[in-house]
Amino acid sequence: MPEWKEELRKRLASLKLPPTREAEILEELAQHLEDRYEELVGSGVPEEEAARAALSELSDSDLLVGELRRIERQCPEVLIPGRRASGNMLANLRQDICYGIRMLLKKPGFTLIAFFTLALSIGANTAIFSVVNSVLLRQLPFKNPDQVVWVWSSRTDRENAPFTLPDFLDYRDQNQTLEHIAAFSNIGLSLSGNERTERIQGLRASANLFQLLGVDASAGRTLVAEDDAPARRHVVVLSYECWQRRFGGDPRMVGRALTLNGESYAVVGVLPMRYALPVRDAELVIPLAPDVDPLRNVRTSVNFLRAVARLKPGVTRQQAEADLTAIVKRERQEYGDVYLKKTGVRLKPVYEEMVGGVRTALWVLLGAVGLVLLIGCSNLAALSLARASTRHREMAIRKALGATSARLVAQMLTESLMLALLGGGAGLLLATWGVRFLLALSPTRLPREQEIGIDLRVFTFAATASVLAAVICGILPALQAARAEMKGELSSGGRGAGEGSRRNRSRNLLVVAEVALSFLLLIGAGLLIQSFRRVQAIEPGFDPTNTLAIQLSLPKARYQDRAAVALFCDKLLSRLQALPGVEAVGAVSLLPMSSGIRSVDFSFAGQSLAPGDAHTSQYRIATPDYFRAMKIPQLQGRPFDGHDNAGSVSVVLINETMARRFWPNGDAMGAHINIDDNNTGPRPVEIVGVVGDVKHLGLESAPTFDIYTPIAQTHEDQVGLTTNSHYWVARLTTNSQGFEADFRRELQEVDSDAATSNIRTLDDYISDSVAPRRFNLRVLTIFAIAALLLAATGVYGIVSYTVTQRIPEIGIRLALGAGRTRVFRLILGQGLKVVFAGVVLGLVGALALTRLIRSLLFGVTPSDPLTFAIVSSLLILVALIAGSVPARRAAKVDPLVALRNE
Amino acid sequence: MLDREVKRGSAEMLILALVEDRPRHGYEIAKLIEQRSDGVLQFHVASLYPLLYRLEKRGLIGGRWVEKAGQRRRRFYKLTAAGQKILNEQRRTWKKIFAALDRVAGINPV
Repeated sequence: MPEWKEELRKRLASLKLPPTREAEILEELAQHLEDRYEELVGSGVPEEEAARAALSELSDSDLLVGELRRIERQCPEVLIPGRRASGNMLANLRQDICYGIRMLLKKPGFTLIAFFTLALSIGANTAIFSVVNSVLLRQLPFKNPDQVVWVWSSRTDRENAPFTLPDFLDYRDQNQTLEHIAAFSNIGLSLSGNERTERIQGLRASANLFQLLGVDASAGRTLVAEDDAPARRHVVVLSYECWQRRFGGDPRMVGRALTLNGESYAVVGVLPMRYALPVRDAELVIPLAPDVDPLRNVRTSVNFLRAVARLKPGVTRQQAEADLTAIVKRERQEYGDVYLKKTGVRLKPVYEEMVGGVRTALWVLLGAVGLVLLIGCSNLAALSLARASTRHREMAIRKALGATSARLVAQMLTESLMLALLGGGAGLLLATWGVRFLLALSPTRLPREQEIGIDLRVFTFAATASVLAAVICGILPALQAARAEMKGELSSGGRGAGEGSRRNRSRNLLVVAEVALSFLLLIGAGLLIQSFRRVQAIEPGFDPTNTLAIQLSLPKARYQDRAAVALFCDKLLSRLQALPGVEAVGAVSLLPMSSGIRSVDFSFAGQSLAPGDAHTSQYRIATPDYFRAMKIPQLQGRPFDGHDNAGSVSVVLINETMARRFWPNGDAMGAHINIDDNNTGPRPVEIVGVVGDVKHLGLESAPTFDIYTPIAQTHEDQVGLTTNSHYWVARLTTNSQGFEADFRRELQEVDSDAATSNIRTLDDYISDSVAPRRFNLRVLTIFAIAALLLAATGVYGIVSYTVTQRIPEIGIRLALGAGRTRVFRLILGQGLKVVFAGVVLGLVGALALTRLIRSLLFGVTPSDPLTFAIVSSLLILVALIAGSVPARRAAKVDPLVALRNE
Repeated sequence: MLDREVKRGSAEMLILALVEDRPRHGYEIAKLIEQRSDGVLQFHVASLYPLLYRLEKRGLIGGRWVEKAGQRRRRFYKLTAAGQKILNEQRRTWKKIFAALDRVAGINPV
């Protein structure tokens, strides 16, 4: 009798049926052939012939195979645990998911911890990344942003300086390499029309600016080049946010008129939403209109313009730079002295200019939050490992039943992937909220802040982070599962000695990594804290307590000369001084740390100017009582007084640093210098006093030279700047409540058209000047604390686990007479070994990595020994506490109970 | 040669009809079809079993391994409720077709 099954198997082999199904079919068909054969033999047919006849039923085996293929293909897979995964991935996946859900639900505590850890850390990562993405990665909202460059004047005393209007016109008219160049400056505008006049920040820009950038209006139109013409210049474009906030998004605004600085401007359009203008806080844009500017031809005038340009196609930045620098060289030849300090033009990629300042900080924050995620993941991995050891029996049984290692790894990874995706989804939701929180925490505005949001790239990031987290959390337990061995495991009640120690090693390594990563973060935060403390300890040079500062601008039309301004100041001053609770009050052209720079060049009487000789100093116009109101100490000579007026000799006060540098013998009094604070050239002034140094540019800035002139002697060329904006400072005997209303009332009496803004304390200004630093510090500290807590739970977990594992051993030790202290030390010591290893590893890593944040530090080196010492001790202390809880439990073990458990 | 669909349709009905009153195994079904059709209709392994599997997959018949004393186990198929419904429908349809064929072409099927 032929081997029917073999015959059939040969014919059906190409179907590659699942083995069980194949066996069934073979059996059934073989039975059929057998029946046929026996029947034929029974009816007298010779055996050989009968066999041939029976087999002839298979002659059409192509049909059989074809039909079976069609039918069996659609058969649902019969699941057999641990069979090879090839060919039934989907079924496996479904099985893994169902199984995973069951396992996760079975341990809700672990699942919740894992879910929240992942959701929070992925959420924080996604939030920071969405900021990085919008600010650093996303293309600038310009047409061909690579061709757009920022134009700076380079000078002997300053790398990136603004320039004068004639400079700009020269660049515009003489360049060969630029498609467009547009200049702009910020301008304070008094917006009247409502019940009170408000001062708002505006941008005065070449009318081709928007054409250059390639930006269209969201309503109406943007400025067009013709708007620079004198007859057409009274037009204004609103930012979207200004349109919404001040005018309620009224669609009829386009075509209406606004009164700005007493002149009527027609609103022609609204910019797109979230469009960041190059001047922060600028709410609207008016044309530069260079032809009607009084400084049109004044080469000695103040450098107030900045510019952007678009390169002609094919022109490189270097070529354009050379082209513009050649123009500066011609200017120098033609105008001599005026251009002594101007050496050329520097073009910076617009991206660099806009976001260069925050780049390091943002990458550091992203790196830090990434570390938190890593720590969170290793924590979860350690937890899963502990769990995996309880599941070890399960894995061993499955393996014994024929599951392959790959299959077990896939299943474990599916579990962690499900967790991570859940966490990632929640994290993404958290991130949308977290970004708002982050921006609220950030008191200064980030560049491009308006553009920040969730997009596809952020989504991809969150998804990738989730998958990575899943792999990191799941791979160790999965590999462990794959190694699960039948031998010993089933009989020993689940405590295989060899496996156990390998598992412990993995867990120890994870905790070492956690401690090391936390160490990195703590060092980062520690260095920032040290820097912050050092910055905070810097004396600002004035006393900010109980003060209030108010920014003021005056209607230009009525304050054309210094007499008018001086009169206004006198009137307001006498009224304010009479108010109750006012100790001293004064006015100044620019308040320290109010983020403005006003400087002049000065030289010594009798010396000719050469590029190296001219010095630059901060320049402030002040009323006599300003110094008293600020408590800026008078060190030498006399303060300004009522005799320093338009008719008397021009005097100045200088600061200590300047006096020490140039008159080291203390003979500054009576010396004469020339200051270049006007459009006609340096003018001589006499030094009558020396006052204390003030950190005008922020707490961290290097000492500056400061020159003060009395307001009554303001040069006529400076009047415009003063009316545009100046500050009043009041020192109050009690708190500032009520003073603001008093001030407004008195101001109303003196001039109802004067506009106020920025009513704040001097503390606010100081606080603002360190705001970016504080923001970095806060965020990094939050991350570092999170890391510390995670590391502490890691240490707690590992010691706790050791205790559970070693209870019988501890019992024996105690029973044999070991002291409880000894047991405590033994257990804790094992945990501490891991911590020390982590600290050493972290130390090495920190020494290598803290260089990266050097630019964020102040007054400390990246390897500051004190910070390293404090952080090491802190980490060890926290680990000690975390480890001592379970260690104490170990010491309290009752030997009888422990041994009975065995 | 009968059209393939018609053939398959009729073959399905034959099988369903044969397992209507009691469960039968594959060889028995093949044998019965051959006998009752006087050898006009013949099913071989290649044609019969795919059909059985398809019917089983569609839920019209149910297969079960049955072991009887002293014999090797065999797979018996029996009609399911769904199969009964289809069988009834197919009988009606075929009746109509034959009646129509008879009226038109004068064949007497029975």
